[in-house]
This record gives sequence, C-alpha cells and structure tokens, in this order.
Amino acid sequence: MTESEMTETRIDVRKTYKLYIGGDFPRSESGRTFIVNDSSGKFLANMSQASRKDARDAVQKARGAFGGWSGRTAYNRAQILYRVAEVMEGRRDQFEAELRQAEGLTAAKAKTYVSAAIDRWVWYAGWSDKIAQVTGGANPVAGPYFNHSAPEPSGVIAIVAPKGPLLGLVSVLAPVIATGNTCVVVASEAHPVPAITLAEVMATSDLPGGVVNLLTGSAAEIAPWLASHMDVNGIDLTGITDPDRARDLEASAADNLKRVRRPRPEDLLATPDLTRMTTFLETKTVWHPMGI
Amino acid sequence: MAKKVVSTGSTTAKTGSTTVQAGFDYAPAPESRAIVDIKSSYGLFINGEFVDSTGGNSFKTISPSTEEVLAEIAEANDADVDAAVRAARRAYTRVWSKMSGAERGKYLYRIARIIQERAREFAVLESIDNGKPIKESRDVDVPTVAAHFFYYAGWADKLEFSGFGPDPKPLGVAGQIIPWNFPLLMLAWKIAPALACGNTVVLKPAETTPLTALLFAEVCQQADLPPGVVNIVTGAGPTGQAIVSHPDVDKVAFTGSTDVGRAIAKAIAGTEKKVTLELGGKAANIVFEDSPVDQAVEGIVNGIFFNQGHVCCAGSRLLVQESVADEVLERLKRRMATLRVGDPLDKNTDIGAINSAEQLAKIRELSEIGELEGAERWSPPCELPAHGFWFPPTIFTGVTAAHRIAREEIFGPVLSVITFRTPAEAVEKANNTPFGLSAGIWTEKGSRILWMASRLRAGVVWANTFNRFDPTSPFGGYKESGYGREGGRHGLEAYLR
Repeated sequence: MTESEMTETRIDVRKTYKLYIGGDFPRSESGRTFIVNDSSGKFLANMSQASRKDARDAVQKARGAFGGWSGRTAYNRAQILYRVAEVMEGRRDQFEAELRQAEGLTAAKAKTYVSAAIDRWVWYAGWSDKIAQVTGGANPVAGPYFNHSAPEPSGVIAIVAPKGPLLGLVSVLAPVIATGNTCVVVASEAHPVPAITLAEVMATSDLPGGVVNLLTGSAAEIAPWLASHMDVNGIDLTGITDPDRARDLEASAADNLKRVRRPRPEDLLATPDLTRMTTFLETKTVWHPMGI
Repeated sequence: MAKKVVSTGSTTAKTGSTTVQAGFDYAPAPESRAIVDIKSSYGLFINGEFVDSTGGNSFKTISPSTEEVLAEIAEANDADVDAAVRAARRAYTRVWSKMSGAERGKYLYRIARIIQERAREFAVLESIDNGKPIKESRDVDVPTVAAHFFYYAGWADKLEFSGFGPDPKPLGVAGQIIPWNFPLLMLAWKIAPALACGNTVVLKPAETTPLTALLFAEVCQQADLPPGVVNIVTGAGPTGQAIVSHPDVDKVAFTGSTDVGRAIAKAIAGTEKKVTLELGGKAANIVFEDSPVDQAVEGIVNGIFFNQGHVCCAGSRLLVQESVADEVLERLKRRMATLRVGDPLDKNTDIGAINSAEQLAKIRELSEIGELEGAERWSPPCELPAHGFWFPPTIFTGVTAAHRIAREEIFGPVLSVITFRTPAEAVEKANNTPFGLSAGIWTEKGSRILWMASRLRAGVVWANTFNRFDPTSPFGGYKESGYGREGGRHGLEAYLR
C-alpha cells in the first residue's frame, strides 16, 4: 500500500465516550447510553448516560479526594490548574473541532471560546493562592487576642454545568476546585463531547483522581440525587434553565443546608467576579490570647 | 435522676472518689430593678410608632426566674407584618437608600451612644426577661451591643472599600428573626450591618424575650431615626413565617434552630431573596494533656455554663485526652461546686434561670435520655429556687459518639465528656457531627493548635480561650450550622449586592 492509498482507505478509530469518576473512565453502571448528534443532525457518539448510582459513586470519590486536595498547598493547586491550561493549549485544535461539530460554531468563534476557556483556567489558577488574602485577614478585636479569619473550601460541590460546553463548563468548574473543593459535575446534556475531552485533559494534568468527577446524561434525572445527597456541601444550579426545577432543587438542597448558587444570566466571556469562589468558601476565624 | 444531689448551703459533698468543696456563703447583692420601667402592655413598633396589632391578639412575657408576668405583648399577624414591610419599603425608597453613608453612619453612632447611656437599664431588663445573670448582661451583652453599632456605623460611608465590588448597593427590606438567648445582642448583630449598608428592617424578637427589642425601639425614637427604618414586630412562629414569605422582603436573616433554618431555606427556594442562617451547634472543646489545666477548666466552665448553656456555639462536648481525663474531671467538678445558681439580678450569680418551661423540659428530657443510654450523670450540690425554671450545672461521663447527648444540641448547662488518645482521633471525633459552628483547643503547643485549627470543620475556633465575641470578628458556621457570617467586614456581605 502506498502512503496515499493508506490515507484514502483507512477507517477512523472512534472513541467510546465514558464517564469520569475517581480518575477513571467507567461506563455508566446502568449500562445506558444516549445518542449525541452533531449540529447537522449526524450521529456523533453513544454517550454514557449516568444513573443515580453513578452520581453517588462520584460523590463518594469526591469526598475521598477532598482531604488531600484541600490539604495541598494553594501554590500546588495553582500549578495543577495552570497545567490544565497548558495541556488544553496543546489540544486546542481538537477542542475547536469539537465545538464546531457540536454547536456548529464558525472557526473564528470556536477559536475565541477555546482561547477564553484556556485563559479562564489561568485566571483561576492565579486565584488559588490569593483568595485567602483578599477574603481573609486580621480582625482588630478589642482585647489581647490574636484573631484571624481565612477562607476554607466548603467540601464536595455538585455542579450542573451550563450549555456552553467548554467555556461554560470551565467557568463553573475551575473556581470551585481552585479553592480546594472537590466536585461532581453534570455536563451539558446537549453537548457532552467537549466535556469528556476536558476530562481527558484533567486526567493527564496531575489533577488527583476524584477532585473532578464528570457525569454525562440527563440533568433532570441526576441533579435531584445530588441536590438531596447528605454528603454534598454545596450545589451550583447554573445549568438549570427551568425556574420550577431550580426551585425544587434549591428546596431539596436545604435538607442539609447546602450552599446554593442560583441560576442567573451572565456573560461568560466577561471577567468573572469572585462569587463563584466565595459561594463555596467558609470563613474560619481563629482566636488565641496574647500574653507572656 | 438518682445522681442529682440537692443540698442546702456550703457543705462538703462526697461524690464518687471526688471531694467537692462548695463555695463560700455570700450575702445577696441584687441589682436594683428600679431603673427599668416595664409597661403593662406593648404594641408593635411600625413606622416609628407603637401601634396595636390589627388582630387584637397578645401573649405574655414572663420572668423565667420568678414566673411573674412582666407584660402583655401584641402578637403581629400577617396584616401587621405587611404594614411593617410597607413602612420599611417606604423608608427604604424615600429616605434611607437616598441618604449618604456618612449620614446613615451618624444615626448608628447615635444609637451606639444611647445604648451606652442606658446600658444599666438594658442589662437589668435583659436579665429580668431572659433570666441570664446580671454580670453577663452587664459585662458582655450590652457592651458588645453598643460596640457592634459603633463598629458598623463606621462602615456606612466606606462600603466601596469593603471588597464587595466598586459600587455595592443595599438589598432593600431585610426580614430578621432572632432567638431568645442573647435578645439584644442578636438584634444588634442583625440591625447594625443591615442599616449601615442602607437597608431597612423588620425584626421579630423571640416570643419569650421581646422587652429589650421594644426598649430598643425607644432608642430609635430618641435617635430620631427616620420612621420605618427599623420596625419591630412581636410574635411567635407564624409571625416569623409571615416575614419570611412576604413577597416584598429582599433578605432573610435568621438565628435559631437548625430545623427552623432548614424550613426557611426551603421557603425561600426559587425566590430572589438572599438568606443568612446562624443555626445550632455541638462544639467540641478539646483539652490536651499539656494544656494549662486550671485555665482549661475555666474555659470548659465558660464554654458550657456561660448563659446557662443557651449558646449555639457552647462547648457542649468536652474532648479530653485520656491521660489527663481524671485530673481534669476532678478539677472541673471542684470548680462546678463553686458555681452559684440563682437570682439573675444578684451580682454573685454565675448561672441564671433557664429561659422557659419549654426549654427546661427539653433539657430534662435529653438529660434523662443520657442516663437511659448509659452515660453517668453528675451535678454538684446545688440549691435551686422554688419558683422559676432552673437546671443545675451537669456533666455526663462515659458518653459515646452514638449517644443522643453527644449528637443533639441540648442548649442548656449540660456537658458531655468524651475521651481521646491522639490528636487525629480528637479531630475525627470533633468533626463527627452535622454541625460546625465552633470548637475549642487547649494545649501549650503552638504547632498543634494550628494543625488542629486547620482540620476542625467549624467557623470559629477558640484556642486557649472560649466564647469570645467581638464586632470585628466574623461569626458563623460550617455544614448544618448555617451559612453567612455576622461581624466584621465579612458581615457586610449579607446586606449588599
């Protein structure tokens, strides 16, 4: 076979898209898949359709990873988030192709969104070792005490990612883990392919397994189990567009007083504010007497 | 109740292997009630005036130390709450949100000063209505109230420097519901930051302790605070529900039980209302073998017997290292025998009255469950007054993590003692609770303090001290102890957008 014959006749090796749980890529324990088409309606992939059990497994992995991740130095977390940006940059052609395929974006737009997604990792990487100085500090109490407040991560955060399959996902994910939380993310149901590609990037960027767990499937099916899960400390409802569903999830989240971020309109390309980090941070205040 | 010892006066009681020496006799030193003028009945404070409730219903507030009826209090129904919210909205739109921060601040400074001027009156009234010892209302509650208003007064014209964006704005009308354990202090924690940020408020004091909030309404009048900026509606649960569910309330701030907090979080789901919740706790007070034992014992006593243990951040679980458990317990029992339980207005009193018959029943019930589940109960010889609601300082030993007295908030002067061997085990046990409000650490080793402090999942960690509060110091919980912070720069966030 000549070189040109080989290129013409070769059959592509397609990828099986699976979930990302605890650093591994398992199929849904339910054995279910759902069909994802490209923007022109042509078959793209059979995606794993995550179940309640998958969501619970993911929470367990996120909880298991929390102590280690939150216990790392902020500098170390910053380097890992920056590493995610580096690895993404190397695979940007793939991300751009996937965005064009999934959403039908123009080449220019796909480039803009991939660039913005990479830059957002860099932005939040930098925040990792600065947020404590911006939101914490010394408190001048009226007495002979050392008194100091500092932020700490809330714990395991459930995230319903918004539609923007890459920049939207990075915008909700990076701030949560930059501060030391671990998370379970329900990827955009309509465009899950770039999410799994991002999972492959995270899996090869020194991010410990379990810090980010990514589920594909139906948010309507999975989100209620995450909202009512008693070992989840917070929930970001950004990807929930139906107000009634958002209300029900928020009410369910009250069972163990989860920190809730309600869905609200936002411009993903604009510089974010701090609230995506601070919503899932606790303030710890430590007192000690001064004396000799 | 077999272990409860009730004796009379200053005797020596033998309890197990521990000999406890009861305290010296003191002559009574009661603070005069003459400084307070309690009216026979109180209306609602709406739009700067006291008005009757439209429903005409009322309830009685009583002195928990004597059970005497102090006053008839108007009960606000939905229409009254609506009137209060309307007054607050009017004041917000027409006056308060338009006023410069500097001018708002001056009103708050005035309030701080008037509270200082009338401090003794507030302290006596608080002790009468709440049952807490005068030395606490006089030396802790009321001075901290004045300090809180003074602190937030200074923020009113500096909000753009507070770190919440370049142009922070108030939310509008804040609905605030406060508990009975620190009635005036909780009012200050709610009202001072709300007003400083430019919001107006509708506040509901607890039904058993409305009097200092109503006296505060007079302070607002004396300060010439514009009508409607502060509205005080009295009542019980239904009045609180009316505030929470009112469509024109922009913000709900609640301090109280975790169950009610949960209900509020559910009620506001799907709305635009912002919420902060400061809820229950079951704090671990952790004593290591190298701790300064005498100071630790004082810290344990302060942690659980301050304010009759009616403290959400009370150190209600003593985690003591096994090697020093016997010594610490012996000294603790000796110290507990010197605690004076009785007349809240007596300046010698350490432990006052339990706030209500209902709360007393709850403390008794959980204590009886503690015995039934196999923990050992001990109280010092302790003479309790014949009338009113009283509970002796009590400790339980032999408590396991599964016991209800180790898991549930008792909200009374009852300490559960648990032992541990290693720091890691102490962390594990301390964090083994759905709550996360506070924790205490007693050790001379600095590195261990910081190691422990970073691992305890609690909003406030006191190291070699306990139950310290300051307007500049953020306070609030992790996990099911609620969310949001009160106090300090952090406390502004709840009232800004």
